[in-house]
Amino acid sequence: MDMLITIAVIVVKITCIYGGMIVIAALTTLAERKVSAWIQFRHGPNRVGPWGILQPLADGVKFIFKEELVPDSANKWMFRMAPALSAMPAMMGVAVIPFAAESPLYKDSGPLAIADLDIGVLYVLAFSGLSIYGIILGGWASNSKFSLLGAIRASAQMVSYELAMILSIMAIVVMSGSFNMTEIASLQAGPLWNWNIFSQPVAFMLFLIATFAETNRHPFDFAECEPELVGGFHTEYSSMRFALFFLGEYCAIFVMCCMTVVFFLGGFEVPFWEDAPWFIQVGAMVSKVVAFLFLFIWVRWTIPRFRFDQLMGLGWKVFLPVALVNLLITGGLVSAGIL
Amino acid sequence: MLNDYLPILIMVAAVAGFGIVNLLISDLLGARRRAVGKADPYECGMAPTGTARMRLSIHFYLVAVLFILFDVESLMLLPWAVAAKSMTAAGVGAVVFKEVLAFSVVLGLGLAYVWRKGGLTWDR
Repeated sequence: MDMLITIAVIVVKITCIYGGMIVIAALTTLAERKVSAWIQFRHGPNRVGPWGILQPLADGVKFIFKEELVPDSANKWMFRMAPALSAMPAMMGVAVIPFAAESPLYKDSGPLAIADLDIGVLYVLAFSGLSIYGIILGGWASNSKFSLLGAIRASAQMVSYELAMILSIMAIVVMSGSFNMTEIASLQAGPLWNWNIFSQPVAFMLFLIATFAETNRHPFDFAECEPELVGGFHTEYSSMRFALFFLGEYCAIFVMCCMTVVFFLGGFEVPFWEDAPWFIQVGAMVSKVVAFLFLFIWVRWTIPRFRFDQLMGLGWKVFLPVALVNLLITGGLVSAGIL
Repeated sequence: MLNDYLPILIMVAAVAGFGIVNLLISDLLGARRRAVGKADPYECGMAPTGTARMRLSIHFYLVAVLFILFDVESLMLLPWAVAAKSMTAAGVGAVVFKEVLAFSVVLGLGLAYVWRKGGLTWDR
């Protein structure tokens, strides 16, 4: 009986958090088009439903009924599998993100996260690193030159920024003394200046820019840079498989925003209000994440694209040394008992 | 232990189910109309020339090798990072930090060497 309740609690949590992520990711595609329209003095989608709110649903239905093209020269199985392999790890990351300190579902069921792992930071980094397999497999299996180039570029880029990302988070881990996401968030409770962004501004900037590079977003979207590579790794994809790549990308952006908020902006904690009720904490978490989602879109329509060697140089020659020095300074201060 | 990771297992099932259903649904419901040239890989409207499995610049390979080296080295810092606070509380923080510093200097020297050798130059 106990086991059944445990499983029921888990299933409800997965339905709410995972389902919520899919809904937010779908709405982000709409927001992307709406915000870009406003920035360019256009209206954006406004035909399907009031204010275009049902556009993602219409897109989904359309994707389902579209013809699925598989190039004759492609490696069929890998080509078919790749979109799922790219989307699945991106979605898995949300499992360790805490949305409130206390779960309202069932007493003593811990924080409102699907799994409150002690190695949450490692878990989420591991899965964000895995999503590259889908991209490189899809690009290679397409047997198209543009796809292959896009995939190779994406992997070189993600690999380069992963280092800076790990090292910048490590400074937070040193300060918190834990890999547990809930604990890292809880340590930032209390007044606003307890947020890690104020004690670790350098790590915050490094991590934020690295998330843009990790998710292949503008100004670093070389994997699908249309003037050079047509569609990049998904040149050959159509129908739901194309949609899966995109859903995976938006889920990855959502998870990255959650990570930024948990590591640097107090996660679910409300400034000056410790032990807020769970729905306030969920509201705080979601509104912070949505603010970062908006930042991702805003940056896309503001900053021109880099050149590929500039991106690689930035990752290896600037971010890696700066992140390492930042980690060592933090570590030195913690070891001396100052922080 | 199992209870900690049970949610992850169920999550894997949910996510895999989502992926597979989405792959199958467009396979089953999507339209199918074959036409000449439709199943060729895209090449700006021309008939594809040659194979796409071409050789790549050695730099991509070099980046991958460098990543493995530096990633493993930075992973070595993870156990220290999580334990730094408790080690300081136990009074061995300074000693351990000196060793981490020595390790990081070696890591930095490695980066400087690669840089000097031109391993981080891409615009040639």
